[in-house]
Amino acid sequence: MKERELRDLIAEVKTGRLSRRAFVQRMIAVGLTAPMAGMMLAQSGVPMQAAEIPYKPTKAGGGGLLKILYWQAVTLLNPHFAVGTKDQDGARIFYEPLAGWDAEGNLVPVLAAEIPSKENNGLTEDGLSVVWKLKQGVKWHDGKPFTADDVVFNWEYARTPETAAVSIASYKDIKVEKIDDFAVSVKFAKPTPFWADAFVGTYGMIIPKHLFADYIGGKSRDAPNNLKPVGTGPYMFDDFKPGDVVRGKLNPNYHLPNRPYFDTIEIKGGGDAVSAARAVLQTGEYDYGWNMQVEDEILQKLEAAGKGKVLITETGNIEFIMLNSTDPATEVDGERSSLKTKHPLFSDPAVRQALNLLIDRNSIEKFIYGRTANATANFLNAPEKVRSKNTKFEFNIEKANAILEAAGWKKGGDGIRAKDGKQLKFVYQTSINAPRQKTQAIVKQACQKAGIDVELKSVVASVFFSSDTANPDTYTHFYCDAQMYNTTMTQPDAGFFMNQYLSWQAATKENKWQGRNVSRWRSKEYDDIHKQADEELDSVKRAAMYIKLNDLVVTDNYILPLLRRPKVSATAGNLKLPVSGWDNDLWQIHNWYRET
Amino acid sequence: MGKYILRRLIIALPSLLGISLVLFVLLALAPGDPFGELATNTNIPPEVRAALRVKFGIDDPIFVRYVRWLLAMLQGDWGFSFASRIDVDKLILQRVPTTLFVVGSSQILALMVALPVGVYAAMRPYSIFDQIANTFAFIGFSLPTFFTGLLLILIFSVNLGWLPFVYRADISATGWHYYWEYFKQAIMPITVLGLFQAASYTRYVRSAVLDVIRLDYVTTARSKGLNEGKVVIKHVVRNALIPVVTLVALQMPAVFGGAIITEQIFRIPGIGSLLITSILANDTPVIMAVTFVFACLVVIFNLLADIIYGWLDPRISYR
Repeated sequence: MKERELRDLIAEVKTGRLSRRAFVQRMIAVGLTAPMAGMMLAQSGVPMQAAEIPYKPTKAGGGGLLKILYWQAVTLLNPHFAVGTKDQDGARIFYEPLAGWDAEGNLVPVLAAEIPSKENNGLTEDGLSVVWKLKQGVKWHDGKPFTADDVVFNWEYARTPETAAVSIASYKDIKVEKIDDFAVSVKFAKPTPFWADAFVGTYGMIIPKHLFADYIGGKSRDAPNNLKPVGTGPYMFDDFKPGDVVRGKLNPNYHLPNRPYFDTIEIKGGGDAVSAARAVLQTGEYDYGWNMQVEDEILQKLEAAGKGKVLITETGNIEFIMLNSTDPATEVDGERSSLKTKHPLFSDPAVRQALNLLIDRNSIEKFIYGRTANATANFLNAPEKVRSKNTKFEFNIEKANAILEAAGWKKGGDGIRAKDGKQLKFVYQTSINAPRQKTQAIVKQACQKAGIDVELKSVVASVFFSSDTANPDTYTHFYCDAQMYNTTMTQPDAGFFMNQYLSWQAATKENKWQGRNVSRWRSKEYDDIHKQADEELDSVKRAAMYIKLNDLVVTDNYILPLLRRPKVSATAGNLKLPVSGWDNDLWQIHNWYRET
Repeated sequence: MGKYILRRLIIALPSLLGISLVLFVLLALAPGDPFGELATNTNIPPEVRAALRVKFGIDDPIFVRYVRWLLAMLQGDWGFSFASRIDVDKLILQRVPTTLFVVGSSQILALMVALPVGVYAAMRPYSIFDQIANTFAFIGFSLPTFFTGLLLILIFSVNLGWLPFVYRADISATGWHYYWEYFKQAIMPITVLGLFQAASYTRYVRSAVLDVIRLDYVTTARSKGLNEGKVVIKHVVRNALIPVVTLVALQMPAVFGGAIITEQIFRIPGIGSLLITSILANDTPVIMAVTFVFACLVVIFNLLADIIYGWLDPRISYR
């Protein structure tokens, strides 16, 4: 999709011929995120207009206890230390960001008075700064007022490396200044098209200055309020047992009227996903269950009990196979899969093309994941209705055979193709997880029919995903021919996500395999476009560039996308909640209520 | 006696040191690290991961880390959890009451079942009662707790809907209601653990009583005209239970250590579930502390068992 086409589409949204939702879905189909689509529209004069979130209760409280079940327990409550979504959600009950992302890429204000735009002088032409106006009259749970000083403090806190905050990426390259008590300006070092990162969404939660000011930097771990949050959120802290349960009670001074609905809230953690699904869907012991990584077949059976339902929400997560562009069998300067080598088989484009044809994505979706995944050909995303025009997938063993035959890979006596003495044999690894092993089997079977011998390998997840430099079995070492995993895209902007194919990001011994380009796929064209996109202020042009990047990665067949993995959660039948795949599960916890 | 205890304690020290060294080295050599989750999160730049590794001292050589850990431990500083960034001793203390309650009650339940059944079965060996008790004992310790646990959940939570299967350590009710809720949720885990333990205790009690019941002094007691109840309680059980007491004492560390699988199934926030989650998260300081405390308890209760044994059986002397 070119810039021209994008402009046409936006014009259609402007005149009302294309709905906002349809546009957003189109953008997701070509590999962009809903927030990026929203930004594009906003810049082109289609204002962000978050749908009114339905909320019926006419007074705060009276809802009793809201019981939420996570099969991984919350371990800490400081949002700047929150590594996993479980911890972010635990903190989100008490702390709030300036704004959050809804399912269609609209910014929804929480602690901000309004969303910055050119009309309200929040954004400047040069893209170097954003002015956030803060909501007035908001109080911390201890009664102190929430002001611009708190916002500035969070930037100071997170960007200090000694604090060891995991939110550092959002704050280290910006400058935040106080304008008055209820306005701050965020200044960027270079023109930044995607300005809504700091103070927004997952890593945007604001902690109070008056309680954390003494614990900035090296002392960050000693802050007593790491365990006893005092925030601005709808629920006040009641009790916390790391690794078990976190409880909150209604905040009587919450800054929105008639909210929250529930008197108390509890997030219980631990156990496994299947029994968590059971507790929500079958026995109704709990009201909400997070991240139902359960086979769809089981979910459907549990749903049949009629106590609850499964919620499926779009996200940017993708399950994919990557082929190694370097040779894992040869050791150069003490490292395998060195950038100085080339993969003996996959360097032939015909082999990669054939492999792409040998993945039966539809069967994987249908027989393994069911509703909990959708087959895709794009590295980023693709809902079923509107697939990208640029890339599509097909499963065709005959065609794969023909391509290999034409490229000179002839079948030997053992049925395995070979060329120049090299047999088409490779090792394909992934983490131990039942659906992944089944996927491996499906791919292996198809490859066999095309004369390719695949050896399957599975590694314990805690090893596979570790950053242990001494262990050759981690996914970043990639001492293997092909591997498969799920990459999550929590950041709404594709910029950071797409840097995983930059040549200077390649994982090597030199950077202790911390580089993000694990496949070691390199392309000068990709590098150049990514650099341009980084500074392109026009969000439409920028979007066109990212679509091009997606196509570059996908059409070279080193990266073989399999499935889009939506967010799957379980809720009680009468619980009403707004969901979004671009923010936390609890991003609108103040608007949750029970229909009676 | 005092000298004996002192000597045993002194012998215990090097073994504890050895245990801690083995544990530490094993954990250090084990694959995986606490920042695995950071690695797949695209939001977190690699520098942050590297900085955290340095901050938590994971990149130092094993020996340096061990000495640092040992010195801190000697001063009562157990370190802090990488996952939740709070002190390990606090984390463990939070879990102790729940574990003591659940595993402790299950041990009591086990004894309450095993003692009468075992003794009665031994009094009438190969009777119908003995056969049935034996069969159940065999079934009991052949069925693993994860199986019986799931079975109970299926019957009592899913099908009948009587009992909750998620254990909540702090229930927000008061008065009788609180105790009732607490009791209700504890029934299944305590039954699962208690009956499993009872099965092996029963076999043990039975054979211990059987050993004693045929001895001459028992026959003498009977021929004196004492009634059967008195013979069994005063003469048989008293002597037969000496090895059983030792066995129970040796089981005590497990009461503190928790029951890993059962705690996981019922989501009981005990030491066992703390251990398993910290192992999965590669949270080394917590794993170290829990396993080391466990090792200490084993050593101490072994010593206690020996002492109790001597106290119950005067024929044994300490040298």
